[in-house]
Amino acid sequence: MEAVSRKTITVDVNGEQYEREVDARRLLIHFIRDDLDLTGSHIGCDTGNCGACSVLLDGTLVKSCMMLAVQADGAKIETVEGLASEGELNGLQQAFSDHHALQCGYCTPGMLMSATALLRENKSPGEDEIRKGIQGNICRCTGYVNIVEAIKAAAE
Amino acid sequence: MTETTVTPERPLVVEEGDVKPGFIGQSVPRKEDKRLVQGEGVFFDDVKRHEMGYVHFVRSPYAHARIKSVDVSKALELDGVYGTLTGDEVAILSDPFFELSTPPGANIKDYALAVGRVRHVGDPVAAVVARTRELARDAAELVEVEYGPLPHVLDGEESLKDEIVLHEDAGSNTVWSGVFDWGDFDAALADADHVVRIERLHFDRFSSTPLECSGCLVEFNRGTGQWTIHGNHQMPGVGAIWMAPALRVGIDKLRFVSQDIGGGFGNKITLHPQYTACCLLARKLNRPVQWTEWRTDQHTANTHGNERTFLDVTVPVKADGTMLGFAVRAIDDCGAFPRYEPLGCIIWAQVTPGCYRWRNVRVDFTQVCTNKSPVAPNRGYSRMQHLWLTERIIDIVAGELGLDPIETRKKNYVKHEEFPYETPNGCVYDSGDYARCLDMVLDLIGYDSLEEKRRDAESRGKLFGIGIGSTLDSGTNNFGQSMILNPELQFSGNNEVATVKLDIFGEIVVTLGTVPQGQGHETTSAQVVAEILGCTPDDVNVRAGHDTYWNSNAGFSGTYASQFAVTGLGAVKGAADKLAGEMKQLAAAVFGSSPDDIELVESQARIKGNPEAALPFMALGAILNANNAGLPPDLDVTLNVRYVYRPLFEKPDLERKFGNLTLTYATQIHACALEIDPETGVYEIVDYAAVDDCGNRIHPQIVEGQVHGATAQALGAATHEIFTYDEDGNLLTPNFYDYHVPHALDMPPMKTGFIESESPFTPLGAKGMGEGGGAGIHAVCAALQNALGRRGEGPIVWRSCNPYEGVWDLLQKPEDTRKLVSVETR
Repeated sequence: MEAVSRKTITVDVNGEQYEREVDARRLLIHFIRDDLDLTGSHIGCDTGNCGACSVLLDGTLVKSCMMLAVQADGAKIETVEGLASEGELNGLQQAFSDHHALQCGYCTPGMLMSATALLRENKSPGEDEIRKGIQGNICRCTGYVNIVEAIKAAAE
Repeated sequence: MTETTVTPERPLVVEEGDVKPGFIGQSVPRKEDKRLVQGEGVFFDDVKRHEMGYVHFVRSPYAHARIKSVDVSKALELDGVYGTLTGDEVAILSDPFFELSTPPGANIKDYALAVGRVRHVGDPVAAVVARTRELARDAAELVEVEYGPLPHVLDGEESLKDEIVLHEDAGSNTVWSGVFDWGDFDAALADADHVVRIERLHFDRFSSTPLECSGCLVEFNRGTGQWTIHGNHQMPGVGAIWMAPALRVGIDKLRFVSQDIGGGFGNKITLHPQYTACCLLARKLNRPVQWTEWRTDQHTANTHGNERTFLDVTVPVKADGTMLGFAVRAIDDCGAFPRYEPLGCIIWAQVTPGCYRWRNVRVDFTQVCTNKSPVAPNRGYSRMQHLWLTERIIDIVAGELGLDPIETRKKNYVKHEEFPYETPNGCVYDSGDYARCLDMVLDLIGYDSLEEKRRDAESRGKLFGIGIGSTLDSGTNNFGQSMILNPELQFSGNNEVATVKLDIFGEIVVTLGTVPQGQGHETTSAQVVAEILGCTPDDVNVRAGHDTYWNSNAGFSGTYASQFAVTGLGAVKGAADKLAGEMKQLAAAVFGSSPDDIELVESQARIKGNPEAALPFMALGAILNANNAGLPPDLDVTLNVRYVYRPLFEKPDLERKFGNLTLTYATQIHACALEIDPETGVYEIVDYAAVDDCGNRIHPQIVEGQVHGATAQALGAATHEIFTYDEDGNLLTPNFYDYHVPHALDMPPMKTGFIESESPFTPLGAKGMGEGGGAGIHAVCAALQNALGRRGEGPIVWRSCNPYEGVWDLLQKPEDTRKLVSVETR
């Protein structure tokens, strides 16, 4: 079996610089979770459908299981760990708690990142726009009812 | 899409605008949320250990084959591979897991890896451990397995013929069979004015597919011979009962640890084969091993919900629409290994007559193996399939006899004044008001303007239908029902544990035995403790998750079967009550007064009527734990109370298969309105409502969240979630690409309402309610039937999952399903 090629990459995650040597085939989500130990972003599928690994890459919402770590070289990445400041939840996080928009909490980090991207684009999304904004994120617990309410409340 | 919550017009407990005193019944902020919204939860896959190896299973590409040879040598040559495990090794190092069934099922040999033969696509034949996930996967591809393909059987009815037998030791594909016969069905048949017969109904395979896949990190301590399993098993008490004998060790050698779990829904109850393989690997390789299931592996080879075929359904009906019961032959297809499943042969009997006053029921039940993925409990477990049957009976009978399905339900429902109601098989429905819940749900969905909606839909070329799903969510098992399955089994009753202590600085610390997966146990436990101890939920520290080492668990500990509000909180209440008593005793000793004179308020122990004489909790904790010289010698307090809650059950009468099988019955009545495009079969749910009655609600927001979630899962199962196989036994829906679960845009608008019928049998008057009984599946099927059929004509909705193409088929060939039903009128 051929030797696996490796490459050194530099990323900015939530304002912190990291330089690491990674296998060229390492998925960005595994790099974030296993190499940087930022375990807030999760993995729920093998196929890019569930959105639990959603992060912002240079401001764009991406599923971090659908790209390689080496493709993120030089990028600015935002993950769920960067949303609160000094332990204070931001408005969206607080709204998720207030509206019981999470049960097991497994989809929540990805859901919050999708909602963050949505609210940056659109300050006051309507219900359909919210549902479109999170259609790439699967939640098996809530039926989305309270997630939609929380995002609506955060926008207000 | 708005959500409306209605409060009951005739409240049983809560008056509108009334605020319940104390914390129980309030939607206080969830304690779990702060860590989870910051990505600071700890799920098993977040746990790492120095030099741990990653496990990858080598899986069968065949539905049924002999394993001729397994060669791991090439995999072991790969740099970074730590070791392997094969079925042959497993057969030497461990014993088969115990089987729940009587013979033939009892003779099945089920190991941690396939031994000698594979029985479904995805059956694990070997495991590889390597330095990285990627390497483990590479190495797994280098394992050479030679198979000798065997003919396979994928259909339950076909499998009963035993032309192809999966388990040679059992000699038959039948796992268990039994006849349940209550009342006098033959007399009911003779007494009927109409007899409606339904030749076939089929409840399809699906699963709740928790977003977090299964897995574990296993450490083996050579010095003590003990394994620590950081995992997401949702029933570790029973997991350990399975694993310890197989590993040939005492149960104390297995320590289960979990903090946060990303959903379970029953699918994480049968992880013992994979966990046992990981235990063997951790010991063999003397290193921690980590296994994270791939999504595709979960779908192909972990757990599906059970699939059930109902044959020869016979329903005696009186002229006025009163049904006298039913008879049915049920074939339950449990896939390649029965594992937990034989219990499903009995568990449906908790809800034998559904919501109805049916006194004569005969069920001929058989469970059978096929070359498909094993199944396991799945939200609504076994009762959901049976309740779907009762609801199909109501709608089909009403349709065939020209009766109104709403009035037929009301006529046959158990009446409010009949509770507690004993069913024909001795189960006791504790409380409820089904007719009132039905009225509420009809109100929510605007039933008064039904004809207007129908005309409007028809004017747009659509078929309009409305349907009801009436279900019971039975909770808090009497495990004595397992003895109906197998009298040799030594299981009965139920239990759960909680420990509440007051520590040195006045901290109140609660340790649960349960294994929460999103149900908010930390929050609701804190509510109960705060109410009893006279403090606030913020003052109560509930340990997150489960750890065998906390010594706060018992044989049935876990989170399953709709029971936390009863068993978990029952244990919490018991422990908090006893701790309160001890705190009063201690304060009385300090004050030189009687414990009866002490009250616990505002985080203090005070002499009643004299708020000046007060000891803050901190003082109590410090005195007992660190400053106890001079306390009376006979003062017997620990301020650390472990309480085992045990519901009062009797063992069932095995001869008659009669007894109380579960403690509580929550009600969910759903209504669905939908429109079908007759040109394509595409349909849209245009209105949806759910009314829930789970007795006293500890935390209304959490209850409502469970209703939403159970509904979403049921709607997915009703409309598109299905595990289907090709003729070679390959699963066609092995991941979220092919197996479509509801997304935010798929969910219809949902209205909810509730009543609270206090349970007379539980510590807090609450009932478990998380499973929901699959009401959404029943409601969608009923609505489709209503849209498609007219009296004596049109197709019959005979399957639980009706994707658009299935509806199109029903529309194209109504005669194919119409012939499934016949009516004999006398």
